[in-house]
Amino acid sequence: MMKVFAAGFLAVATLASCGAQSLNGAGATFPNPIYSKWFYEFSQQKGGVKINYQPIGSGGGIRQVSDGTVDFGATDGPMSDEQINSAKVKTMHIPTVLGAVVPVYNLPGVNKELNFSGDVLAGIYLGQITKWNDPRIAKDNPGVNLPADSIVPVYRADGSGTTYIYTDFLSKVSNNWQSSVGKGTSVKWPTGIGQKGNEGVAGMVRQTPHSIGYVELIYALQNKMAFGTVKNAAGHFVKASTQGVTDAAASVKNIPADYRVSITNAPGATAYPISSFTWLLVPVHATDPNKSKAIKGFLEWMLEHGEGEASSLSYAPLPAALQTRIKATINTIQ
Amino acid sequence: MRIYLEKRGNGKIADGAFFGLVVACALSIFAIVVAIVIVLFQRSALSRHTFGMSFFRSEDWDPVSGLFGAYPFIYGTLVSSFLALLIAVPLAIGVAIFVTELCPKFLRAPISFLTELLAAIPSVIYGLWGIFVLVPLVRDHVGPVLEKYLGWTGFFTGLNIGVGMLTASLILAIMILPIISSLTRDVMRAVPVSQREGVLALGATRWEMIRTGVLRNARIGIVGAVILGLGRALGETMAVTMLIGNHAEIHKSFFAPASTLASVIANEFSEATGDLYLSSLIEIGLALFVVTILVNAVARLLIWAVTRGAPARST
Repeated sequence: MMKVFAAGFLAVATLASCGAQSLNGAGATFPNPIYSKWFYEFSQQKGGVKINYQPIGSGGGIRQVSDGTVDFGATDGPMSDEQINSAKVKTMHIPTVLGAVVPVYNLPGVNKELNFSGDVLAGIYLGQITKWNDPRIAKDNPGVNLPADSIVPVYRADGSGTTYIYTDFLSKVSNNWQSSVGKGTSVKWPTGIGQKGNEGVAGMVRQTPHSIGYVELIYALQNKMAFGTVKNAAGHFVKASTQGVTDAAASVKNIPADYRVSITNAPGATAYPISSFTWLLVPVHATDPNKSKAIKGFLEWMLEHGEGEASSLSYAPLPAALQTRIKATINTIQ
Repeated sequence: MRIYLEKRGNGKIADGAFFGLVVACALSIFAIVVAIVIVLFQRSALSRHTFGMSFFRSEDWDPVSGLFGAYPFIYGTLVSSFLALLIAVPLAIGVAIFVTELCPKFLRAPISFLTELLAAIPSVIYGLWGIFVLVPLVRDHVGPVLEKYLGWTGFFTGLNIGVGMLTASLILAIMILPIISSLTRDVMRAVPVSQREGVLALGATRWEMIRTGVLRNARIGIVGAVILGLGRALGETMAVTMLIGNHAEIHKSFFAPASTLASVIANEFSEATGDLYLSSLIEIGLALFVVTILVNAVARLLIWAVTRGAPARST
């Protein structure tokens, strides 16, 4: 009996040593569908590297990679300076794809697509705009017969990157929002109803007349939900699309060397204003040279092949100029 | 039997081993409870030192500016659970009385089976059902009626969108109904038939018989059943999170959204980035633990007060 065990153990051990290099990652849930696809295809095409990814949330991803319990992390919001300073393992941010957040609403009797400017969205979630026929909403939507009913704002009750992007945008367009609420994966909402996940917010909005909520663009596109346009920094009302999101990233000048940048309210004329990068967190000095080689291999593959597949899953690919820059950054991984 | 006993040799070792095994099982309960308390206590150290006792009094829960207070969640947990009891207990006792005393035989098994089936439904299913059935019901039918007749109390006013304290309490009531009613039914069934016959022989009506002959005798067990139901209500997470509206504010109106200790942990734990944030969420867990223990202790005191001096069987 012992012999069988020993033999089995030996076999497994040899397999592990000479066979596949395996990488463990954890973090953001938002890019999980495309990461799973990428990791699967990468291991199929470049046999020998197996990547396990656990979508446990951005917070968990930052914690685990900073403690060195996983080989790489992933996050929807950049790490804060404080988090970087206290991390045991130093990491670099590598942008992978872009996501966006769209406003969804349920307004019986209104068939026209609604326009929202940032300060109106902030006003609604601050509890200052309480009726649909408020002159500030009407100003953006000429010719739409808005009802006199109370607005029911719906937000994400669970901590999420979606909330981070949305509140980051609201902080940029409304001083009032910035000083009284601020940005974060969870915030102290002045008013409204909290629901769990994109599906929770979408379900609540679908079911509650006169409500408004926000969900990921991908969720809205894949579930064929109607959503409104948002006014960008150039003054145009833009309906979110993967192209508009990539345009937003392309229009941001002076992207810093560590890629920790918020691209909400981007300046481009066609830029969709509630957009954001999502990042992989890769250790600068990996403990095992084989692992850093594997990570590098994946990142190069991602830029060459992965980005091209992003739009098919409704993710916005990185702008071309940025891809070239990232290629250079990858080479600095040791 | 004798052959077996003769064959198996000395029984002393077996007895000793059995004793040890059972003691170990019993002690493992203590070990688990102690381990939970230690972990909750240690991991919440940062938040305990930062906020002290004000953590339990503060109404602020603001992850952005790093201010954390558990009061709205404690309030939400207690109020939703007690509202649920208020609705579920009379209903559960009614079901139990019907099944044990009045129910025709052919209906007894199906009703018992259905109540127990209710207990087996996962809470996420209750949550979904609540969203699709209870929310519109409360928003369009129950809410307006309550507001019309009870609006003056201040508990049923304001914007009613169907999601909030009232709906969460209703779903909790439905969820704890089976455990309370099936335990109550078992306790009532345990009351000897002679008690019922005695009371009836004295000329009592059926209701008097149930009241003095059955409920009076069964009351300790019924209180125990209620406590078990309350325990489930306090810790229930999924269904409540889906229906309570998750807004950390205290409102007098039951139409308003609220939040509970269990739901805030479930919602925010995975994305809690700061150390203080994480530590505060763990202290919320500690608060839930303490609230549960306190409520149980009060309930035990209540049983003790009710049963003290009263004979176990009415004379």
